[in-house]
Amino acid sequence: MGELVAFLVLAALTLVPAVVVVTSRNLVRAAMALIPSLLGVTGLFVLLQAEFVAGIQVLIYAGAIAVLILFVIMLTEGGTGLAVRQVNTQRWPGLAAAAGFVAALVAVLVRTPWPAGSGTLPAGTTAAVGEAFLTEFVLAFEVSSLVLLVSLVGALVIARREP
Amino acid sequence: MPAVAWGLEILRATVATVLLFTFLAVVAAMFGVLAERKISGWIQSRLGPKHVGPQGLLQTVADTVKLLQKEHVTPVNADPVAFNVAPLIVPVAALLAWIVIPLGVPFGVLLIGRDLNIGLLFFVAMTSLIVIGVLLGGWASNNKYSLLGALRSASQMISYEIPLALALLTPIMLAGTLSTVEIVDAQRGGFLGVGRWFLFGGGHGLGGLVVGVLAFAIFVAAATAETFRTPFDLPEAESELVAGYFSEYTGMRFALFQLGEYGELFAMAALSSLLFLGGWHGPGFTSTLWLFVKLFAMVFFLMWVRWTYPRLRLDQLLNFTWKGLLPLALLNVLLTGWVLV
Amino acid sequence: MVLVDWLHVAVFAVVGTLMAALPLAVVWLLAPRAPHPQKRLTYESGVVPFGQAWAQFNVRYYLFALAFVLFEVEVIYLFPWAVVFRRLGRFAFVEAALFIVILGLGLLYAWRTGALEWT
Repeated sequence: MGELVAFLVLAALTLVPAVVVVTSRNLVRAAMALIPSLLGVTGLFVLLQAEFVAGIQVLIYAGAIAVLILFVIMLTEGGTGLAVRQVNTQRWPGLAAAAGFVAALVAVLVRTPWPAGSGTLPAGTTAAVGEAFLTEFVLAFEVSSLVLLVSLVGALVIARREP
Repeated sequence: MPAVAWGLEILRATVATVLLFTFLAVVAAMFGVLAERKISGWIQSRLGPKHVGPQGLLQTVADTVKLLQKEHVTPVNADPVAFNVAPLIVPVAALLAWIVIPLGVPFGVLLIGRDLNIGLLFFVAMTSLIVIGVLLGGWASNNKYSLLGALRSASQMISYEIPLALALLTPIMLAGTLSTVEIVDAQRGGFLGVGRWFLFGGGHGLGGLVVGVLAFAIFVAAATAETFRTPFDLPEAESELVAGYFSEYTGMRFALFQLGEYGELFAMAALSSLLFLGGWHGPGFTSTLWLFVKLFAMVFFLMWVRWTYPRLRLDQLLNFTWKGLLPLALLNVLLTGWVLV
Repeated sequence: MVLVDWLHVAVFAVVGTLMAALPLAVVWLLAPRAPHPQKRLTYESGVVPFGQAWAQFNVRYYLFALAFVLFEVEVIYLFPWAVVFRRLGRFAFVEAALFIVILGLGLLYAWRTGALEWT
């Protein structure tokens, strides 16, 4: 019962700011609304008892990516927040496409027989993730470092091509 | 879980929050600011505040009362949402970071907000939220000095976060856990009561000593930069950018930013005492008193450094972290692994 | 139960925000309110401010933020390794060393191509 309440609160915390992000005409307001939305997702991870993932969600999304987005907004637009207006002429086709996508997604989710995982969650999810990384999924672990390297090099190349 | 148990837990958490916030407001902000003014005075051969209360002890109380009566001025064209939210983000993030900092086990009762399983990861995550408060504050003020100050402050904070987090890996590896309480407990005992401190490598010989001292040094250097203290305080330098990102904030909002900064300072000092200096374990006996001795020693050290060293230029500061501290921190992680394997 | 821990954290966040807002409420009650257009001008060392508040587009701020995101992701990969490291022996060390070296190459690239310069 308590979990249901928590879920509803967190879902609202995630979805309402998300609507603001998408519809707000003020770019900085949109970026600011992203943060409570990401924190709502953190709460949802906690409800799933994925503590480690919740921690890194805050650290990376709210602490790094949101900061990057704010940096970009502050550097690229030539005034302060209130003066910026976003104009989108494709709102209605966009809404229709999104609704279609949601319908397809819901149909798939409802019809798939999801297997329930057996066993219980380990007491310390961080340790479990660590063990998985270093034994079963070591290839994924090493490949991620390559992916990060490629992203870094690629982003630097693109960013420094500006005149 | 039955609803009554939930209600009880919420009540317990509320009481804990009120106590922790009061502790931070009194010890970190009020006492910390006073200590800063007194210590800076002694280092500069003057006396510091003396008149309000015995030896000036009530100075910060007087200042707070004064600030409570100051008019709130919002600059024209400031974005009201961002302008009002920013001074709340900084102290609340600092408060949240304090949840995982234990203050000892007096009479068998563990004094901590909550001993989370992901303790240190949570701490790093909360301190990374402070950057957002800084950016929004500088942006919302509609003042080019504030904005510039905010961008520079934010760049500095994020650049030093990585060596900070990497330095934390050494005590994590030595103890095998992210929980702050377990890391402190892993340091009990040892030669003369200090032999198993992680500063000295937790009992792993010479290699342990090297990585322990390195990790401690990196952590303290990064923490000094994270809390904008000299020699890394360019973003707040009075002679350069007025007051940096909080130039436009008057009265109590300014005080809230300061509360956040001093709260973070004490948090870093506490963490360095807990993770490297044995926490509340000490030679002879174990007690919360030891922790406070170490905590105040670290705070004094940080204040001492502030009033002794000149300030680094921004490019020197950034070079120092990206080309010095970060590679060193990565190397230290490899070394720690090597020593422990 | 782990969820109780996080209930505490949620309460901390809410109550903490309220407590931080409390002094602001006190000010709203106590402080004088004498708005005057001169008071609301932005501060520029006593001179009348001119121009919009802007920062010239400086790629270097963006580059630092970008490098920060990528290295932060690297750090979070190392956290679980650090926790289980001692249980798993030499092989785990080699794997992580490889990971760190690859990302060290990235840092070296950024350094050599001048992405880390402030000027």
